[in-house]
Amino acid sequence: MRILVIAEQENGSLVETSLNAINAAQKLAASHGSAAIDVLAAGHNTDALAAECAAVAGVDEVIQVDAPQYAASLAENITTLVVELVRTRDYQAVICASTSVGKNISPRIAALLDVAQVSDVTEIIGVGTYIRPIYAGNIMLTCESAEPVQVLTVRPTAFDKADLGGSATVTRLDAGEDAGLSSLLGRELSKSDRPVLSSAPIVVSGGRGMGSGDNYQRLLEPLADKLGAALGASRAAVDAGFVPNDYQVGQTGKIVAPELYLAVGISGAIQHLAGMSDAKVIVAINKDPDAPIFQVADYGLEGDLNELVPELTECLA
Amino acid sequence: MKILVPVKRVVDHNVKVRVKSDGSGVDLDNVKMSINPFDEIAVEEAVRLKEAGSASEVVVVSLGGKGCQETLRTALAVGADRAIHIDAEDGVEPLAVSKCLKQVVSREDPELVIMGKQAIDDDCNQTGQMLSALLGWSQGTFASELKLNGDKATVTREIDGGLETLELAMPAVITCDLRLNEPRYASLPNIMKAKRKPMEQIPVSELGVDITPRIQPVKFAAPAPRSGGMKVADVAELVEKLRSEARVL
Repeated sequence: MRILVIAEQENGSLVETSLNAINAAQKLAASHGSAAIDVLAAGHNTDALAAECAAVAGVDEVIQVDAPQYAASLAENITTLVVELVRTRDYQAVICASTSVGKNISPRIAALLDVAQVSDVTEIIGVGTYIRPIYAGNIMLTCESAEPVQVLTVRPTAFDKADLGGSATVTRLDAGEDAGLSSLLGRELSKSDRPVLSSAPIVVSGGRGMGSGDNYQRLLEPLADKLGAALGASRAAVDAGFVPNDYQVGQTGKIVAPELYLAVGISGAIQHLAGMSDAKVIVAINKDPDAPIFQVADYGLEGDLNELVPELTECLA
Repeated sequence: MKILVPVKRVVDHNVKVRVKSDGSGVDLDNVKMSINPFDEIAVEEAVRLKEAGSASEVVVVSLGGKGCQETLRTALAVGADRAIHIDAEDGVEPLAVSKCLKQVVSREDPELVIMGKQAIDDDCNQTGQMLSALLGWSQGTFASELKLNGDKATVTREIDGGLETLELAMPAVITCDLRLNEPRYASLPNIMKAKRKPMEQIPVSELGVDITPRIQPVKFAAPAPRSGGMKVADVAELVEKLRSEARVL
């Protein structure tokens, strides 16, 4: 069996969730007995990216493809490349992380290969048998696919990061044509010195109970600074305009699984719980004793967040 | 310019779904069904483009059982011009749905397809990308802003680190994220008017697409429950527990 993992890059550096996707590939390989795992490093000026991929333990071969049309990870260009690789190199599985890039690209690959895709896999039971969340994580579905090429997106937080310490061979292949269907005009990335929300060990999240964007900043930023935490929010806080959408944790936002998740002024709507209930420890601060968040929180603290949050920040000094 | 908007009938987002006791499926008896919320946003966007003079006709299409007609009427009531119901069993997989939609595109010849980024029942997030691939069109997924200028579309997309803006060659498939717009409510007169708008019915067999499932569901289960639930008296106790018991600080 040969497995292709699509590495995700941003400005030529490997995005960490690719390591989770490689780990998922290793699990798939192990369930099959053994398998070769190749990683596609496509982008522009990809020498550093290819080297990063080659340094991941358990990777057999890195396929480096370098051309300007791959710089922005445009779906139309990456998918034709991957489909060509599947046909010429006979892969039986194509895996990428279910990030915004993976979710954009993968179904296009599956359709061009005329196979069904299994989305957002959280557990690999064997080749063709997977568990994935449906209905916003309220139901876990075990499903079987007999497709000749298994096209999977895997939820990064459900898999460990693959270890480093490998020395895969790097094979440089020619680029495909630029489809000319789309082009990147620009990106507006949230600038922050904080850890990345989806992979931070500690996350401090605020909900509608924060009352305002100013209050969110005034109370939660010092706390996050103290903890070295990423900042998140519930959809209610995003919809109320307290913070930008990329703060959103939940089924329609980011899925996080930190060591510690602090939910402040978050009631615990189903769709929010779907995004954070895999956290190791959950702390909830809320004035409503009946808030559903207390049912999943390991430690609940009932009271006025305007007093409790500064006190907590102080306590951590 | 004609816009095609595929819509899906799903369990209403306020319903807490349950697994059947034997784990064979999801209990859908007497459950409220609605238009998929992301598709509602797609309909709204298409109608706004028509109102702004950028589109001439908005056609909505849904694939599934008879209940889809109710979903299509909802879309007609907010301003879609006509509807197509592809009569099939419920639960057709994304790949087969996208092949059926490709047939509808070749009949209707729209320049733009706008649809939700994912359905909130199976959470697949596949059909738009698959349709775009099968048509060989450009795709703008997870859109939070859409502008049309001649033979190009400019799409702002919600990506993990923020936003990105793409220029797409038309025709294109756009999939909507939550913040693209806020859908309107249908007024009573418009709901009445929607009843008289045309609804074509096509048996799925007429489209010549093999819709045999490729993926077999084996087991449906509730997620492992979290054993939460202890309350602490004050901040000092919380910090103490986090340090000595949970050991996360």
